[in-house]
Amino acid sequence: MLAEAAEPDEPSGPHPFAPIPYVVRSVVQETPDTVTLAIAPHGSRRIPPARPGQFAMLYAFGLGESPIGVSGSAGEGVLFHTVRDAGRITHALTRLTPGDGVGVRGPYGRGWPMEAARGRDVVIVAGGLGLPPLRPALRTILRDRDAYGRLEIIYGARTPKDLVYAAELQEWRRRGDLRLQVTVDAAGRDWYGDVGVVTTRIPDARFDPARTVAFVCGPEIMMKLTARALLARGVPASATWVSMERNMKCALGFCGHCQFGPSFVCRDGPVLSFEGLAPRLGVREV
Amino acid sequence: MSAPSRDLEAAIARHPFFAGLAPELVHAVSAGAEARVVAPGALIAREGTPADVFCLVVAGKIALEVGAPDRPTLTVQTLGPGEVLGWSWLIPPHRWRFDARAVKETRFLALPADALRGILADHPAWGFDVLRRLVPVLAERLENTRVQLVDLHAR
Ligand SMILES: Cc1cc2nc3c(=O)[nH]c(=O)nc-3n(C[C@H](O)[C@H](O)[C@H](O)COP(=O)(O)OP(=O)(O)OC[C@H]3O[C@@H](n4cnc5c(N)ncnc54)[C@H](O)[C@@H]3O)c2cc1C
Ligand code: FES
Repeated sequence: MLAEAAEPDEPSGPHPFAPIPYVVRSVVQETPDTVTLAIAPHGSRRIPPARPGQFAMLYAFGLGESPIGVSGSAGEGVLFHTVRDAGRITHALTRLTPGDGVGVRGPYGRGWPMEAARGRDVVIVAGGLGLPPLRPALRTILRDRDAYGRLEIIYGARTPKDLVYAAELQEWRRRGDLRLQVTVDAAGRDWYGDVGVVTTRIPDARFDPARTVAFVCGPEIMMKLTARALLARGVPASATWVSMERNMKCALGFCGHCQFGPSFVCRDGPVLSFEGLAPRLGVREV
Repeated sequence: MSAPSRDLEAAIARHPFFAGLAPELVHAVSAGAEARVVAPGALIAREGTPADVFCLVVAGKIALEVGAPDRPTLTVQTLGPGEVLGWSWLIPPHRWRFDARAVKETRFLALPADALRGILADHPAWGFDVLRRLVPVLAERLENTRVQLVDLHAR
């Protein structure tokens, strides 16, 4: 509980590694292993507003920190994080209940290039838990819908029960100003949607490749194959942006844990242009 | 064989699989073809039975299903408008390799496989054109299957 989380000493301003105490407001069980936490500042300190695609370090007290994308924000400094139980720390985070404490520092990294997307068609491709870090970008576009061209969302998951944000998917499906394609790798007979890997939906997507910006987030192999399929449709590698994941420690560009070629993912990413990344991901046709 | 209806011939010529191919080829393959509409849930092909038609999907959605005695039936791919149902009609022993079921009301053009194989054998240039359209479908499905095997969602 939060009472156990001592406020750090602050003789000369907050230490960059010191997490700010937050408290869990609500927990939504998205899938059997994934929850969305709404957390609010416990006290007067809060992290600055996050830009779409940035992440925060969430500290599970007594265990350690994990980088988790910011999947939304609300008034009073409330942050939303969608977390999958993937190991020790994320297991603890997915077990939090309202009233529990969690430490937060951030927001960190470079997010989605929202300015570059203005006036252009936007293609958002999410694989599995790639959707949460894309949701703030999507909401930014929807708040100022006329500033962008066509909006195509392609979301793939392993099976129907792995899809997150069920209510929002319904809402997006009903909107006339975007096109949502949801596909799963395999399904039972009770699924009436598409079945096939996410890349199979790209030939069908509606956008003008010459004036398109693509935001892609998911496991690395999915992003690589998606960027390749986008290239085949004529979207230049420089217009495709992907969000990379690497193990992190400091998240401040000090320790080198997240190094990927010449980049530190925590500082130079996590969102990076596919143009520079392609050779590092083993894609030669760029 | 009776002359194909003009509407049917036009529909085949418009389908992406045949679009741009020789009108004479389209005319020939239209003979005996049928436009079919099936209700949601209808079985279009059953694994192991003769693949006696080549289906061009016009509207709706078809699920390719894999059944195993010890597991619930699994849909491994869906096909939509502009896509084609399989190549079992061309490759011996000409039997379906999957179940194919309509997910919603589905319209497709069914070309009789016997006649089609005869036409393509008699006109190797047309046969080559059709193979050039079919091989990319095969290659794409193979690549997608590989990608599914790799498991796109595994970290
Ligand atoms: C910028 C960024 C944003 C992220 N956003 C989210 C998010 O929104 N939601 C979410 O659930 N997860 C997110 N992650 C992944 C999350 O940080 C890791 O799953 C978590 O740190 C694993 O720690 P753990 O102690 O739970 O697991 P561990 O016990 O440390 O490890 C479990 C398994 O996951 C592997 N692993 C650990 N860290 C990573 C990593 N960063 N990338 C890939 N594999 C890893 C380990 O090698 C091990 O196989 C993000 C990661 C980064 C870098
Ligand atoms: S995590 Fe330390 S440099 Fe990126």
